[in-house]
Amino acid sequence: MKSKFQPDENGYFGQYGGAFIPELLYPNVKELADNYIQIIESEAFQTEYKSLLKDYVGRPTPLYLAKRLSEKYGAHIYLKREDLNHTGAHKVNNTVGQILIAKKLGKTKIIAETGAGQHGVATATVCALMGLECTVFMGEKDIVRQAPNVARMKMLGAKVVPATSGSKTLKDATNEAIRYWIQNPATFYLIGSVVGPHPHPDMVARLQAVISEEMKWQLKEKTGKENPDTIIACVGGGSNAAGAFYHYMEDEAVELIAVEAAGLGVNSGESAATSQLGEVGIIHGSKTILMQDEYGQIQEPYSISAGLDYPGVGPLHAHLYETKRAKFMNATDKEALAAAYELTKIEGIIPALETAHALAVLPKIKFKKDQVVVINLSGRGDKDLEIFIKHLEE
Amino acid sequence: MKKLNTLLAQKENLLSIYFTCGYPELGDTTHVISALEKSGVDFIEVGLPYSDPLADGPTIQDSSQKALENGINLDIVFEQLMTIKATNKTPLVLMGYLNQMLKYGEEKFCQKVIDCGIETLIIPDLPMVEFENHYQALFDKYGLTNVFLITPNTSEERIRKIDNYTKTFIYVVASSSITGAKGAISKQQMDYFKRVKAMQLKSKLIIGFGISDKPTFTTACDFADGAIIGSAFIKHLGSHGVENIDTFISPIKA
Repeated sequence: MKSKFQPDENGYFGQYGGAFIPELLYPNVKELADNYIQIIESEAFQTEYKSLLKDYVGRPTPLYLAKRLSEKYGAHIYLKREDLNHTGAHKVNNTVGQILIAKKLGKTKIIAETGAGQHGVATATVCALMGLECTVFMGEKDIVRQAPNVARMKMLGAKVVPATSGSKTLKDATNEAIRYWIQNPATFYLIGSVVGPHPHPDMVARLQAVISEEMKWQLKEKTGKENPDTIIACVGGGSNAAGAFYHYMEDEAVELIAVEAAGLGVNSGESAATSQLGEVGIIHGSKTILMQDEYGQIQEPYSISAGLDYPGVGPLHAHLYETKRAKFMNATDKEALAAAYELTKIEGIIPALETAHALAVLPKIKFKKDQVVVINLSGRGDKDLEIFIKHLEE
Repeated sequence: MKKLNTLLAQKENLLSIYFTCGYPELGDTTHVISALEKSGVDFIEVGLPYSDPLADGPTIQDSSQKALENGINLDIVFEQLMTIKATNKTPLVLMGYLNQMLKYGEEKFCQKVIDCGIETLIIPDLPMVEFENHYQALFDKYGLTNVFLITPNTSEERIRKIDNYTKTFIYVVASSSITGAKGAISKQQMDYFKRVKAMQLKSKLIIGFGISDKPTFTTACDFADGAIIGSAFIKHLGSHGVENIDTFISPIKA
């Protein structure tokens, strides 16, 4: 599928993307860039990937018509239940795929970064499954606020290395992972989102594309049409949104809504709403929209949600934003918490804090009668219970 | 300021020192350059502090963080460099990350660099393909030259290509690593230096990353035209101050 939403040979989506990496990483990145499409499209990979997704991850994930939520907002709201995946989020779609690519390339040591810990857990899980050594870099601040996931990673046999530089969150964990990768070029960097140097953003998007692939036939079964009117997903780096949008990007009739974390408010100085606050810049090897000061120093973002607490956004999303193919909205900490409580109370589903941001825009949208909306329910909220309980009183 | 290429053509065993602008104190940029010049350093790598320096180890990261806390920024660096332009004779090479140049404005950045009398840039996250597609023309327009890095994993074909693009020197990264001292130079590293030397490239070779003292400097000079010391110098600067720079340099020069 060649189109304006696929990267060119240098990994550019429009003006965004590329591979801005030190020479030290060049052979690794080149090896992956030369092989990833061929591997992913091979029959052997597809057979093993699909079999693991079905029997190990538990796919297809249901597409659930949330009746009470639909009634409340006056639309047909479907939830794509990525929270029901093994390990509790969409992240595992990517890690299952990448671990097979790593094995095919003969790599035995895996490193990863993690924000909320979902990608770390999903990576530690597939490493345990394949018997590979796993090291996960995680910001010191996130280690505290996502303690259950740290425990899970350790139980799964992964080494969790705290990132103590900068804001001690996802950005810094990614820096440390890249530095480790530079020093240990034989390792495979199993990146968790549609960020990083080409081919990582495209590779991760292709592996998450299973989300929208399933949505197509599931919607057809339930509504008679493959296309919804609107798809809503939260965006930090943007992997779940990339997966939910992937097979619909070409079809302009489908409205795509990406929801960023506004933290305490977009203009509060404590926010992670990159599209609103950022400008063109380079982060983690890719040209994208980036929160930075007038001298190009990367700014420290803020969000209650560790998974959205990132000063950049994947280059595909920067391109979707710039071309206006996707509409970018945002939700504050407070709005996300309220949305999480609402879904829990009326549908009996506790969403992850990240996912709650996608739900939080429902009150801000005026829906047409019979509008079909899919919200990508990217993860479950077990890891966030401590934060939810803390705010239960409010 | 002497031309870097004149120096490279005339002298062997060149000692270059990397330092971080605005460290340990905001105003130390010029003091460090003057002290390095006085102690006989051949050329100086002027480091622009960056918030997310991916190719740097903890020592340079910490110095960059401190410099940013001191309030350093590109405008201040350029002002500082202008004040010593007339007196400083030691060639300067500017090292920074691509986003700094991008955000400052590429043309404006290049003009300021030239205004300060600097002609050579080291941008570790500027890949060759971007250089070919865009930056080569930009740098040529301003008379700037770009220093490429090679590593033990860089293929011979790619090294030859880099040799062709090089107008000053090739930065030979001593090991697959980020910056920072690692002790003695291993047999494996020496084999790699030998391999590069045997290629008989047209460009001068300067070794960096992991060069920290007299023995590692001397070994590096057996295979190259000189070497760059960074982290070890920053450590010394951090603990002994600008006034004691010579106690670090003179044993290496001896």
